[in-house]
Amino acid sequence: MQNIKHGETIVELTNVSFSYGDNIVLKDINLSVHKGDYLGVIGPNGGGKTTLLKLMLCLLKPNKGSIELMGVDASRFDDWPKIGYVPQKAVHFDVNFPATVMEVVLMGRYGKVGLLKRTGRADVEAAKVSLVKVGMESYSNRLIGDLSAGQQQRVFIARALASSPEILFLDEPTVGVDLKAQEGFYELLEKLNKSGITLILVSHDIDVVTNEVTELACINEELVYHGNPQKFIKDDYIEKLYGKGVKFILHGH
Amino acid sequence: MFEIFRYAFIVRGLEAGVVIAILAPLIGIFLVLRRYSLIADTLSHVSLAGIAIGLLLKINPVISAIIATSLSSFVIEKLRLSKKVYGESALSIFLSGSLALAVVLISAARGFNVNLFNYLFGSIATVRAFDVTVIGILGTSVFVLVVLFYKELVFVSFDEESAKVAGIPTGLINTLFIILCAITISVAIPVIGILLISALVVIPVVAALQLKLSFVRTILAAEVISILCVIAGIIISFYLDLSPGGTIVLLTLFVFALTFLRKMLP
Repeated sequence: MQNIKHGETIVELTNVSFSYGDNIVLKDINLSVHKGDYLGVIGPNGGGKTTLLKLMLCLLKPNKGSIELMGVDASRFDDWPKIGYVPQKAVHFDVNFPATVMEVVLMGRYGKVGLLKRTGRADVEAAKVSLVKVGMESYSNRLIGDLSAGQQQRVFIARALASSPEILFLDEPTVGVDLKAQEGFYELLEKLNKSGITLILVSHDIDVVTNEVTELACINEELVYHGNPQKFIKDDYIEKLYGKGVKFILHGH
Repeated sequence: MFEIFRYAFIVRGLEAGVVIAILAPLIGIFLVLRRYSLIADTLSHVSLAGIAIGLLLKINPVISAIIATSLSSFVIEKLRLSKKVYGESALSIFLSGSLALAVVLISAARGFNVNLFNYLFGSIATVRAFDVTVIGILGTSVFVLVVLFYKELVFVSFDEESAKVAGIPTGLINTLFIILCAITISVAIPVIGILLISALVVIPVVAALQLKLSFVRTILAAEVISILCVIAGIIISFYLDLSPGGTIVLLTLFVFALTFLRKMLP
């Protein structure tokens, strides 16, 4: 594995294991994410990528090992506005839900505003700024269900950005999004990363992700590979993971 | 036409009815969007058992109904979270179980003096002055709590997982919400009746959803539909000597049909 110059560690997993009953999903994962990284988490279906993300977000608790977010044990972490989360849209979202784009993006401020308090002008302004960042400012009064999948995904990113997070977690964000919209989507992620936001992107789309990210973690129950994406391609890790004969297309970058 | 207001029981019925009309869609919108509509039905059957216990022990049946529904709603939520029992199965168990309990209690007491029929289908005559006070106080509390936790309720209904990551105490919000449901359904029973309350909770919201509005406007539209149908239902049922609960529900269905057709037509 290759050494890359890093800033401070903001997510750290030490010997993390997780299982559903007797079914081991993740085993002894050691992984550090540093400030400014753009980490792609890839691996076969059922390999534990989404579980890993949920562990980092404290939606699941590890059976063994420890997880630290910004130097604090995940179970005691409470600075949630610093974390942005873009869930797997297809699973989490009801297209008939009666909410405008603005109402959805404002949800991203709710944690920051706190219990028993109402959102105010500053929150609406922050939501507008987030919508500008994702290029959706002219849609703020449209119903979320009336937008295309790609536009909806941008709105969910805007919601995650609304609390000015330091890390953005994305779970299979391009599922159901057409290819052309995906291109723009990855450009947006690159722009966000360059503006200083750490990105952790879970995807089954190895092909695209290896060309986009600066760091790659390949999960199949264990951490199979962690490091530079170019080296991952060169060393034929794909074959080790998915078996021989898997065709891998390189995009011209 | 204003002779109707000379009858104290009609005025009490309208007062209680309007409070219920305001609460029902406020709770209903979250129930419908979270696919929890069946909870309203289940809790209304639980409240029948609560009412039977209240009549047996000679305490105010609205109060015993609230205690029964709150406790059950709490257990239903715990069962659902445990994932040891499917959500709908947990509801079925409570729905038929409490109905069985109510029927056994009623038969053991050889019937009650109060006409139980009134609780099944709702009756303006069963609303006593004390009930109006209880409905008013509890109704105001539910309203205030929904307003205070509005943004959390919206976020959790839209996407519970993201709400959790955003630091929203989702467990607390879910528990609070289901208790608010229990209270709303219990206070609505004397007027609307056990068998019809879930219709008032669900139908105005589903009608408003057909209009394709923002979240806030959907709630407001559901409120307008609910309040107008309850007032019109009580007045119509008084003049034509019909069941108020049934009349109210048929009116909401009529509005739903209109909104649905409006959406279907180009």
